[in-house]
Amino acid sequence: MDSIVIHSLRKSYGRNLPPAVDLQTDVTVAKGELFGIIGPDGAGKTTLFRMLATLVSPDAGSATLEGLDIVRDYRKVRTIIGYMPGRFSLYSDLSVRENLEFFASVFGKDIESNYGLIENIYCRLKPFEDRKAGKLSGGMKQKLALCCSLIHSPAVLFLDEPTTGVDPSSRRELWENLAQLKEQGMTIVVSTAYMDEADRCDRVAMMKSGRFLTVDSPSRIISGFDKRLLSVRSDEMFRLLNDLRTVSAVDKCYTFGDTHHITLRPGAGISPEDLGRELASEFSHRNVSVREIDATLEDCYMNLEDK
Amino acid sequence: MKEFFAFVRKEFLHIFRDRRTLLVLIGLPTMLIVLFGFAISTEIRNVNIGLYSQDDDIAVARLMEKIDQSEYFTYIGEYGSEEDVDMAMRRGEIDAALMFGPDFAASLYSDAGADISVVADATNPNNASMEVMYLTGIVADYFRDDVEEAVAVRMLASMSGDESGESVPTAMPGTVGPQLRMLYNPQLKSSYNFVPGIMGLILLLICALMTSVSIVREKETGSMEVLLVSPIKPINIVLAKMIPYFVISCAVLVNILLLTIFVLKVPVAGSFFWMILVSVIYIILSLGIGMLVSSLVKTQIIATLICGMIFLVPVMMFSGMLYPIESMPVALQWFAQTIPAKWFIEAIRKIMIEGVPVRYVTKEILIMTGMAVVIFAAAVIKFKDRLD
Repeated sequence: MDSIVIHSLRKSYGRNLPPAVDLQTDVTVAKGELFGIIGPDGAGKTTLFRMLATLVSPDAGSATLEGLDIVRDYRKVRTIIGYMPGRFSLYSDLSVRENLEFFASVFGKDIESNYGLIENIYCRLKPFEDRKAGKLSGGMKQKLALCCSLIHSPAVLFLDEPTTGVDPSSRRELWENLAQLKEQGMTIVVSTAYMDEADRCDRVAMMKSGRFLTVDSPSRIISGFDKRLLSVRSDEMFRLLNDLRTVSAVDKCYTFGDTHHITLRPGAGISPEDLGRELASEFSHRNVSVREIDATLEDCYMNLEDK
Repeated sequence: MKEFFAFVRKEFLHIFRDRRTLLVLIGLPTMLIVLFGFAISTEIRNVNIGLYSQDDDIAVARLMEKIDQSEYFTYIGEYGSEEDVDMAMRRGEIDAALMFGPDFAASLYSDAGADISVVADATNPNNASMEVMYLTGIVADYFRDDVEEAVAVRMLASMSGDESGESVPTAMPGTVGPQLRMLYNPQLKSSYNFVPGIMGLILLLICALMTSVSIVREKETGSMEVLLVSPIKPINIVLAKMIPYFVISCAVLVNILLLTIFVLKVPVAGSFFWMILVSVIYIILSLGIGMLVSSLVKTQIIATLICGMIFLVPVMMFSGMLYPIESMPVALQWFAQTIPAKWFIEAIRKIMIEGVPVRYVTKEILIMTGMAVVIFAAAVIKFKDRLD
């Protein structure tokens, strides 16, 4: 059963501005699916979330959550969704416990009735129950925010960049929590700018300039990558980047961690060894290493952009 | 209802956690009442006064003694010439002076009358006119008594042969002596004027400013986003915000009234019940203003500026608290009618100071109620339960 059905939503904030979101496609998310939206800052992720969470009305297109229209039935939609904005939006001057109690009672619930749902997350916060929410660490704040958006047991959960500004171990914990929630049948839509996290999603939508470039499972996106990909290093990384761009066989070139990744033009039969020799002789780079590698999701994203 | 009370509880927590703001809310009215009641007053006190008399006259000496005795003036001394008076005023020794012409005493009883010049330092025009008014009052008072006495003595003397002693006239024939009576505020205390004004100001400050800032803060911090995505009716979010400030306003109202009655000793002449009721209507009206502002703006600083500049300043200027509305140009008079505080202050003055029955303030009550309805309606219409 489809939990979320989106029909080419569009939203523009100003007449002269390009639309923040202009999907132009139909997307469905199944019940109990963990759906990721990845894209750089400014891709329109937050606007899309706000539209789905009934906070912003779309200019065109429509969407339903559990069969409820986000415009017409927005009051009902608000009872079945949980929404966690990208920015910490709880009350800094209230304690952890007070925040949770407040959000529970806003939904007409108490903490006990849905405690099972948040137990795994909240157990880490329990020692800090009386601390003011503003004094928590970044990861703790996100955990509390997640608890507050879960306390009424929503059918659909929207998490807008929940791992931004959170340390790696807390990020891992958060994704484990999401996996547990998914097992209980909750539909979860999560956005992130970190490509490595997208692997944990059932399906990801790659978003750029308000559009979904592709929507598929991470493994199929990777297996659909049809170009040869090389990883290049040398002692002068910055000069190397510019030099690589002048090599005729190189299609795209971008930094990836502490190496450069390049894709080769279709039909370019150059081998990694040839390229290494060319860089050493023509551009006098030292300690050049060129290896053929398998694509990651990020490589797929970088190469999707121009489509 | 449970959701609603959770909200109210949360708002109270916010307010009590922010102790400094709470202290200001409670302390500011107290400070203003004490300031306006004692320090800042339009009454004059301890005005230094000089004298230039061209001949020594016992009448002048006695007059100066009388002036010195009054709580308004202090007699500094006599100067030898008009120039000396001028110099003394420039040096700041005296604020006003009395100058008597030659043969003052003799001309007092003449038909042409005697001349007195009252000179005042008009750098501060308000003070100067007050000083001149008070001085002429004392002088006129003194000479009326004195001259009447003298005339009466002369008449008695001339009529000593007369048998019908009852028909002795008590005033000089042909003079008009106005009888002045200051109604409702016989001692001309400025606190009678300021207390209603301060109430109008403070209640607006707490209700409009604090409510709007507290709602807009939720928009700024992003918590409004989370609240909107909840089944609670958005209008309840706003109403729940008002309740704590309503309670605080009522506490402040009681505080102001207690200070007014027991510290400033301004009696409440009219009905306590109606005075409280009028204040409650005004509080609700101000809360509505705060709500309207909060639904129109996005940042706390703009909410503060709007409440501070667009609401508080007109309350000072156009409510009749500082300047009488009747003496303004017609356009501004019309504008003044739109200021809620104007009606509140008028109603409170009538009930509290004049002590009139409530039927004489029905107009004010109805206008304030009407304003409250309109503003609440506008706020509810303008309130958005979405972000855009």
